[in-house]
Amino acid sequence: MEHFSLPALSRVVISGGTHGNEMTGVYVVREMAKNKVDKIGSASRTTVLSNPEAVKVCRRYIDKDLNRCFTDALLSATLTPSSPYEIKRAHELNALFGPKGSPQAVDILCDIHNTTANMGMCFIFYRFDWITLHIFKYIQSKASFGPVRAIQFDTPLPEAYSLEAVAKHGFTLEVGPQPTGVIRADIYNMVMEALDLIMDWLEKFNSGRTFEGGEVEAFCKTNALDYPRDPTTDDITAAVHPQLQDNDFKLLRPGDPIFQSFNGETVKYEGEEAYPFFVNECAYYEKKIAFQLARKISISLPSISVTKD
Amino acid sequence: MRTATGAEAGGDVSVRAVLANPRATRLGRRYLDTDLNRCFTHAALNGPLSDAPPYEMTRARELDALLGPKGSPRAVDLVCDLHNSTSNMGLCVIAFSDCDWICLHVFRYLQRQMPDIPVRYIHLDVPDEESFSLDSVGKHGFALEIGPQPHGVVRSDIYTAMKDGLQHTLDWVRLFNSGAVFEGGPVDLFTAVGHVDYPREADTQNIMAAIHPKLQDQDFCLLRPEEPMFQTFSGQTLRYKGSEPLYPFFINECAYYEKGVALYLARKRSVTLPTLRVHKKGHPANFVSVQEEE
Repeated sequence: MEHFSLPALSRVVISGGTHGNEMTGVYVVREMAKNKVDKIGSASRTTVLSNPEAVKVCRRYIDKDLNRCFTDALLSATLTPSSPYEIKRAHELNALFGPKGSPQAVDILCDIHNTTANMGMCFIFYRFDWITLHIFKYIQSKASFGPVRAIQFDTPLPEAYSLEAVAKHGFTLEVGPQPTGVIRADIYNMVMEALDLIMDWLEKFNSGRTFEGGEVEAFCKTNALDYPRDPTTDDITAAVHPQLQDNDFKLLRPGDPIFQSFNGETVKYEGEEAYPFFVNECAYYEKKIAFQLARKISISLPSISVTKD
Repeated sequence: MRTATGAEAGGDVSVRAVLANPRATRLGRRYLDTDLNRCFTHAALNGPLSDAPPYEMTRARELDALLGPKGSPRAVDLVCDLHNSTSNMGLCVIAFSDCDWICLHVFRYLQRQMPDIPVRYIHLDVPDEESFSLDSVGKHGFALEIGPQPHGVVRSDIYTAMKDGLQHTLDWVRLFNSGAVFEGGPVDLFTAVGHVDYPREADTQNIMAAIHPKLQDQDFCLLRPEEPMFQTFSGQTLRYKGSEPLYPFFINECAYYEKGVALYLARKRSVTLPTLRVHKKGHPANFVSVQEEE
């Protein structure tokens, strides 16, 4: 089996409130900031409330979704006084934790999100990264809760648009279901446990432990489906079908019901077999997404250990 | 829903559908300036308005003119106001009275017609003069509250339950108007007696705890003294310090964080309904004619 030696990971960022109404990250970051723990073993840990203005008003964003503001193009655009708040904030965060794609960027950035979809805990990442995949594998094996899944959005780095793309090894910790504006203790506990395991993994990695490779199953995003809409008003004319609702990651086959019109009719799926996720996510109505689809992939993880000087 | 008059409605019932807060609906928010469903007290409806009143205060007066005036003989007979909650409450009929026999008979009818979903009656023990919500504009009124559903989301199962609940309500009205006799008998209802706020930081007023996992989703399950109520963000359990076992509801309702409410508490009571029948003297009732309104 292949083995990789990788540099030590010393700078870790935990972020919450990238969407101001996804409450777990907000309260996790506030609690961690209170405890004033800056160093965990050889790694330094920073916490940040990414979108404090949106958190103040408990909304997803003020002007523009912050988590779509981190493409190379948007980060290099000139700011003006009339630039949307989130564009300015993205530049600040990029200066703090990046620059994106540069050697000065932080090593790890874990961005905490919630979803109204029944997705359990998901690690979302852009590309195959041995560090983040090993962290995922470690949490999947050690967590007292389940399920824990990995989702890959196959996006080249320049077009990667979310906050975690700023770091050398970034990932989103997406947990649901939780309504926006609400904090559930069970979800909070899951995320705290996951973060403890992440810091635990980092400490072990930096101390020289070898993490064995193996096969890791992940979901690779393929496409998304919108709701049926009224052509004149653009209002949705159906809701996610009861047989699909809450069945994230359960294989969807052609002919399976996907929508139920408000007049009671069933709309059936006509695409290829795929795994749905983000089923009935609140924030995606305006993005014209009822659910996303993925294919299952298997990734061969090499074993890794820290480079010894 | 489509409005219905005359034969389509099945008799003398005219039904009007109203989008109460269209501007908030368009933005996907609870309200623009102030909670519309607190703007229907007599004072709010009739008192002086400031120069630039909150949108919802103006809208409440429009709705009062359309469906009321509240407290007058011209008010519509029944207002059924549809709501959702993030709390695990099933279907609740929420009303200010525990002796409005129309509302209570409708509630009992719903319970019998909808055995697959928990159906409960919440009595807000607020004097008539202080009733504050839209449903208080009608001669009879109640909120039909269904959860759990996240704000901004429509779930098929909840939509169907709401549609069914509304249909059964209209069926009851038609049965009532056509002379059906609704036998009396006991019903259980929940009378609100108070609420509990989250523990908060003195300086920031930020909450310091979440509803405890053992209480989360346990609406209408008896809460006894010393049972877990909150879990602080540092992991400590805080317990219910009341002396009386009570029934919690609106547990972890999203919109109530800003109102200082983590949960409401209620006593379960039994109320005996009288037998009810329409007063047969000429027409069953007078109804106002119909349009779908915005």
